[in-house]
Amino acid sequence: MADGGVTDGPDKNDDVERAKCEGKEMTKEEKQRLRKEKKQQKKSKEKKDDAASQESEKGKKSDGKSSPASQPLPKPTTQKAPSAVPAPAPVPMPASEAPAPADKPAKSKAELKAERRARQEADRASKQGSKKGEVGPQASAGKPKAPPSELQPVVKRLPEHMQVDNPDVLKKLAKKLERQQIPLRLDYGYKVSLFSHLHQYSRKAPLTQQLSIPSTVIHPAIVRLGLQYSQGIVAGSNARSVALLHAFKQVISDYTTPPNEELSRDLVNKLKPYISFLNQCRPLSASMGNAIKYIKKEISNIPSQCKEEEAKRKLLNCIECYINEKIILAAKAIAKYSIEKISDGDVILVYGCSSLVNHILCEAFEKAIKFHVIVVDSRPRLEGREALRRLVQRGISCTYVLISAVSYILPEVSKVFLGAHALLANGYVMSRVGTSQIALVAKAFNVPVLVCCETYKFCDRVQTDSFVSNELDDPDDLIVTRKGKTQLEDWQQVDSLGLLNLVYDVTPPDFVDLVITDLGMIPCTSVPVVLRVKNVDQ
Amino acid sequence: MVTCYNIITIAVNECRTQKLVEYFKAQMRKNPDMASAVAAIRTLLEFLKRDKGETILGLRENLTWATDCLTGVDSSVAVSSGGELFLRFISLTSLEHQVCCLLPWEGVCDLTLAIANLCFSVFQDLSRCKKVMEERGELFLEKISMSRTKVAKLCHTFIKDGTKILTHSYSRVVLRVLEKAAAEKKRFSVYVTESQPDSAGRQMAEALRKLNVPVTVVLDAAVGYVLEKVDLVIIGAEGVVESGLYHKIGTYQMAVCSKAHNKPFYVVAESFKFVRLYPLNQQDVPDKFKYKADTLKTVQNLSEEHPMIDYTPPSLITLLFTDLGVLTPSAVSDELIKLYL
Repeated sequence: MADGGVTDGPDKNDDVERAKCEGKEMTKEEKQRLRKEKKQQKKSKEKKDDAASQESEKGKKSDGKSSPASQPLPKPTTQKAPSAVPAPAPVPMPASEAPAPADKPAKSKAELKAERRARQEADRASKQGSKKGEVGPQASAGKPKAPPSELQPVVKRLPEHMQVDNPDVLKKLAKKLERQQIPLRLDYGYKVSLFSHLHQYSRKAPLTQQLSIPSTVIHPAIVRLGLQYSQGIVAGSNARSVALLHAFKQVISDYTTPPNEELSRDLVNKLKPYISFLNQCRPLSASMGNAIKYIKKEISNIPSQCKEEEAKRKLLNCIECYINEKIILAAKAIAKYSIEKISDGDVILVYGCSSLVNHILCEAFEKAIKFHVIVVDSRPRLEGREALRRLVQRGISCTYVLISAVSYILPEVSKVFLGAHALLANGYVMSRVGTSQIALVAKAFNVPVLVCCETYKFCDRVQTDSFVSNELDDPDDLIVTRKGKTQLEDWQQVDSLGLLNLVYDVTPPDFVDLVITDLGMIPCTSVPVVLRVKNVDQ
Repeated sequence: MVTCYNIITIAVNECRTQKLVEYFKAQMRKNPDMASAVAAIRTLLEFLKRDKGETILGLRENLTWATDCLTGVDSSVAVSSGGELFLRFISLTSLEHQVCCLLPWEGVCDLTLAIANLCFSVFQDLSRCKKVMEERGELFLEKISMSRTKVAKLCHTFIKDGTKILTHSYSRVVLRVLEKAAAEKKRFSVYVTESQPDSAGRQMAEALRKLNVPVTVVLDAAVGYVLEKVDLVIIGAEGVVESGLYHKIGTYQMAVCSKAHNKPFYVVAESFKFVRLYPLNQQDVPDKFKYKADTLKTVQNLSEEHPMIDYTPPSLITLLFTDLGVLTPSAVSDELIKLYL
């Protein structure tokens, strides 16, 4: 029975420990053994609970039914494991049940299932609640003929990165990362209460410090990429997506299919820990999410007869095409449409550093349109300086102001060009923090606001405020040293002080006059139309 | 030798242009109630029938040239948008299903070339292809001739007994709507602006008097004064753009005033007036629509001319009545994507 499985446990344990220390990726068998051990531990704990509950209800007739039912119950999870160790135990049980209601064999299986489910729920309830043994047998007695299809209320699950203050979610995440052998990054510093549901990491403690390079299952290109993300070396939506796709190309070319595995399934499984790792380094952006979905779809569409070399070549080609079509050609198309909107004598306001907007302005300058640019910048990233550098290098005349002066210079501005991090399904624009402020002030001055965004950044999410889903950057970035004095040096000591460094904010569609995409110029409210058309095409 | 050839081609082109324009003007004269865009499409259909081209691409180029010609004669947005839609309808829609699966969404740089090749490969015979295009052209013409009736059917229900309506300048669609409402035995009265500089409003007033509808002509400057008495504003359109409306000068003022008074502002337009432009402000309206064609040719300094068209942003429009249905301003973009896809 179950004991048979436990006896060969200790031997296999050593193997698993060895594998962990060497850092070699655990083979499938080792992973299964680990899983089995954990389940057996859980089962022995449950058996103790069962024994306690059964003793308290000895007199019940349903005991006869509940004991065979209880034994299949702890085993259903272990039955998933292909190895046959616990199998002999439950098999005679259903067999003994089957002759009893011989005229309805199907019903008995359904009954067993219902009983099993009832027992599972009862056990869960008994663990959480204070009542120990009463609920269990009662529930199983009460619903031996419960219909197998019980309707449970559909609960929409929030993504993990928005539920950081929920300890259960954190536990699940820790378990998942442990399974994938990726270190968990710890949050840093005091979080402002409105944003306590989001992660906040420190740049001085990158995830790679907890990894030792020889014993890691993560491809070195991905490790490098993760470090570049977390240190801010690669920043900006397009840059991050392109870097991600190049790293995946490296991963795919170094990949070899293990024996008895299919490339289409195994490669997708291999990518999952990489994505978790990158997520730990810096939360994924919407554009990266779309790129990953595309790659996973391409990989799973590879036919099984395809040879490995050919499959890899196909995938590399797909990625090249994606980068070319969605990013490079899209930028050209958007520049073509935008140039129609820039006329001689225009004064254009831009915020921060958007690669797309810079590209558009450089193209317009090449077409000999005479315009002037005002670059608005904000702390702590000061990305506007990079944009300023790129534009001045081309010879475009620029003015540089900080965001606090926006209402002062807006009367002179004829158009505002903004980049976007993502466009949400309800028409809201998600972009660098400060964008919605500029759009608001521009609307008050009746200056048209144009947002430039490629279609691969459109996402199905809906958001109406900047609180629910955002990113918190390192709070130490806000500390500044002037004339040798750093006022906020000991901010952690002050109990009532919190530093908040938000990265994104959300602009409502009423403030945006026009969105320029590679499909043409559309109003902000037409984003769901584009998403629908794209889904139809795919 | 080369110059001789040029002269001949210029002469031939001029001859063709003249014939085309003659036919167009004849159509307009024959049926003054017809929209200029419908006349233009009739002309294009006739041109297609008479065209002796050998290749599909040549045919398409000729049609595009003809549309430009007609826009040069009658500079209204509807003529150019109608022409463009006609071209797309005859060459795209019947092969729609085959086209959609063969062509990727972004990767088509020259849609016309692809369509031409596809069309030819499907039919393998230029004359058969032309026949199909002509049939589709007739179908298109039939559809749009019915569009005014459809619009009138949708809109007249919004006019109830005792309604006071304000309208601007002379619009045949609005006239048709009011005709339908009068035919349904509804009692309403109309205020029409004079609409300088061509006093088209008086023409509208005449037509309405013939329908026995009580009508008052007001000055353009009196719009704010009259709006408190009025229940709703109905106007036609020269062109419907993704971000609003092009119509006779004075429409924008009317829209702003009616917004200030919280009166509904309705626009009636046929679907062939939809065009994929996106102006951001008054300055963005193209010159070829703002001024009459002959003005553009003769006058040097355009800043001294009065524009004929102004642009109304969508936030001031309540609803649009079209033959595609009753639309909100933001749904126009959706329809445009469908039409031009």
